[in-house]
Amino acid sequence: MRSSARNRELVALVPVALLLTAGFAAVFAQENARLGNLSLVYGAYFLAVCLATHIYLRLRLPSADPYLFPLVALLTAFGLVMVYRIDADLARDQANWFVLGLVLFALTIHFLRDYDVLERYRYTIAAIGILLLLAPRLPGIGQQVNGAYLGVKIGPLEFQPAEFAKICLVVFLASYLREHREVLIVGARRVLGVTLPPLKHFGPMLVVWGASMFMLVFIRDLGSSLMFFAAFLALLYVATGRFSFVVIGMAMFLVGAWFFASTVPHVHDRVEIWLDPYNDPSDSGYQILQSIFAQADGGLFGQGFGQALITIPGTNDALLPAAQTDTIYSLIVNEVGLFGACAVVLIYLLIAARGFKIALLADDGFSKLLATGLTAVFAIQAFVIIGGVTRVIPLTGVTLPFISYGGSSIVANFVLLALLLLVSDRARKEAP
Amino acid sequence: MFESGAVGALTGCVVNRQIVKLFAFIVALFAVLIGFTSYWSVFDAEALKEKTANKRPLLEQQQIRRGRILAADGTVIARSIPKGRGDSLRYVRRYPEGPLFGHPIGYSFVREGNSEFEKFHDDELIGEESEFTSILDELRGRKQEGNDVVTNLDPAAQRVALDELAAQGFGAVVAIEPQTGRVRVLASNPPYDPNRIPFDLRELNADSTSTPLLDRATQGQYPPGSTFKVVTAAAGLDSGTITPETTIDAPGTLDVQGQPLSNDFSQSFGPISLDTALTSSVNTWFAQLGEQVGEDTMFKYMDRFGFGSTPPIDLPDNQVYKSGLFGENRELLGPDDPVDLARMAIGQERLAVTPLQMAMVASAVANGGKLMKPQIWSRVVDPDGRVTKSLDPAEYSQPIDEETAAELNAAMQDVVTAGTGTNAAIPGVAVAGKTGTAETPFNESCGGGSDENQAWFIGFAPADDPQIAIAATVECTPLFGNDVAAPIFRDVAETILNGG
Repeated sequence: MRSSARNRELVALVPVALLLTAGFAAVFAQENARLGNLSLVYGAYFLAVCLATHIYLRLRLPSADPYLFPLVALLTAFGLVMVYRIDADLARDQANWFVLGLVLFALTIHFLRDYDVLERYRYTIAAIGILLLLAPRLPGIGQQVNGAYLGVKIGPLEFQPAEFAKICLVVFLASYLREHREVLIVGARRVLGVTLPPLKHFGPMLVVWGASMFMLVFIRDLGSSLMFFAAFLALLYVATGRFSFVVIGMAMFLVGAWFFASTVPHVHDRVEIWLDPYNDPSDSGYQILQSIFAQADGGLFGQGFGQALITIPGTNDALLPAAQTDTIYSLIVNEVGLFGACAVVLIYLLIAARGFKIALLADDGFSKLLATGLTAVFAIQAFVIIGGVTRVIPLTGVTLPFISYGGSSIVANFVLLALLLLVSDRARKEAP
Repeated sequence: MFESGAVGALTGCVVNRQIVKLFAFIVALFAVLIGFTSYWSVFDAEALKEKTANKRPLLEQQQIRRGRILAADGTVIARSIPKGRGDSLRYVRRYPEGPLFGHPIGYSFVREGNSEFEKFHDDELIGEESEFTSILDELRGRKQEGNDVVTNLDPAAQRVALDELAAQGFGAVVAIEPQTGRVRVLASNPPYDPNRIPFDLRELNADSTSTPLLDRATQGQYPPGSTFKVVTAAAGLDSGTITPETTIDAPGTLDVQGQPLSNDFSQSFGPISLDTALTSSVNTWFAQLGEQVGEDTMFKYMDRFGFGSTPPIDLPDNQVYKSGLFGENRELLGPDDPVDLARMAIGQERLAVTPLQMAMVASAVANGGKLMKPQIWSRVVDPDGRVTKSLDPAEYSQPIDEETAAELNAAMQDVVTAGTGTNAAIPGVAVAGKTGTAETPFNESCGGGSDENQAWFIGFAPADDPQIAIAATVECTPLFGNDVAAPIFRDVAETILNGG
């Protein structure tokens, strides 16, 4: 069983490397009207890095889920091609971060072999998470981007702490809920036909709610706030089976969000733009409108790799603002069409399916909740940004995991993947 | 109070059921994403491409070499020249003839958009094929290229029309080949230079006195004056209300709905037939004929000539206006509305017509009663020089039969030889036509003067073998149709006949 899982992983990696090679070949063909063998070189590098990771997994986590890593590699390969197509320099950064991400992936697997240790430090981890969230507002290291405080800069090191905070939050919640889920269920009271959780044990829940509101107001990060809270509700639901808790939580979030949306200008603007982007098509509504226009041009099959207009020809003005980060999904729709976009969404769904499968197989409470939480936060992040650029929800600055340009995102998501594989390895090993 | 099922070990199937439900919820969320993506990229895509805020289609087109637009003799009217290289390569539209073909060709620029002929023939000019063919092209590595569109326009005649209009005042000239509907001249004065559009569009739009961007040939709505008597005569003859021999007593003045309706100088003609009535443009004769024909029949014949509909020319619908009888709120009136039939029969009432519509009337009479669809384009030539499409002349309607057309033709020839339209005569060529002088006193757009007219001439030549049908009109002139419009007709017709 062990070797068969890793063999399947190995086989699955081959088409990924081929796809990457073909993708680079398409971009080269578009840019230079001739096909060099550079795309083959890139494909070979990528395959080599993936093989090294594969061998590491073979040694360390022989029973872990065989499909997760190839699926993530596929997204990364696709992301690399898209980012390369926007700017070769950005793609070089991205490739470096990919390797750095894999290093952290390996380190996580090495040091958290026995991930139960996380439970012991859950309050420390929660504190680190809160600190990470606070960091962008700290004088000296905080960075403001587009009115939101998302980044931190310490010396030459720049990163977006929210990407890492989401993992801390999930670890804390999984651990806390594992211990308190029974009292939350048993202590529940029915008041006016609604099942309410016991107040005493609900304190930490309020803390999470407070943290989300805090992010909304002080970090002005609507997207992360939404993502955190949705992950929290997902875990709460899975742990307690109480749908009413979710309803109460959602009501609390909406009341808070509504209150702050009407008092905090940045949040208010985002919602206004979402509701009526045509009100100011050349300024505040520009990004979401251009995102939708880019999709309209994609049609069923797209315009082909490297064909989309990202800047207005002859100028440096953006036609699709933040194409390498926020609106990369719109660029994908433009270049590979509805079919290509469906494929991307399907890969996220497959990753979610494998993640939840791990949670189903795991046989201790913490592992189950940890795998559920990590998978949920990952899937919801994809939903928040794709939903943002397709105007399902207000557009916020969250990255598209493994595809968008951005070091924090790639590295943090590889740590997330490492944790999932750790849970998986144990679950499948113990499975009969 | 205790819910034992849920309190069991976490490893139990209860939690698993919730995980499965959570996954189902995530699947639903992602289905919404696919739904929205499909909506934007496929179902709503066409509407999004039309949005003014969306410059993407134009920017993309700019990277395609847009085809040329050529005159009938091969003169280049519009072409695209490359600017920049590599990623910033783009094509910019140039109009070598300047203002000559501003109307009806229009312009095509990224920020300002497309107009007139450039807009109507956009798909051919950018080489837009069906989605399926463009995928095949992509697979074969073919870059999208635009096709050339060759028009029927005659640069020499267009120049004569514009020059002479410039000497007389604002107005328009439309010349159509009666047998085919080919549009040879479509001139509107004042003109504008399409090369200046990227710089001057705002000013041009703001100019509400001379409105240079208004294509007066297709958008000018003018009182037709006596040229409309051709329509009244056609209705009378074709419906059998009169024959060419029928006489009607034409006094100097008639009392119509409590107001006097007079001939020029209140001249009394006594009992006369169509020929004399048309030659001398006798108002009291045609007013009575109109009443005899009746409202239903008058509107029926107007409809057949194309009044009340957007003329079927190859220009965007919003740049071609309808002609007809208009009510207070600019709504078209019909046979059920109260109408002063006598005054409508002589081109007064609330009639407003475009020069294109009046050229269509002349063209139908010239072509034995058959009205051909007026078309500016002639053929589409692909980048390899192959003709991929060419104009197949199509009949729009047959408003009157051949006999009626012949009778009208004869009467209209007398107008030029012995009547009110002598200035239209071309030496050695039989010309048929009709003048019109609609009084437009105190008209705001004419500056409010008391003796301003809308001067008209419609006609065709040679009358025995019509090659060209023309409508010429001049706004806000103190002179008459025969003084200003007939000479323009003559010179444009002569230019076209000599060129052929």
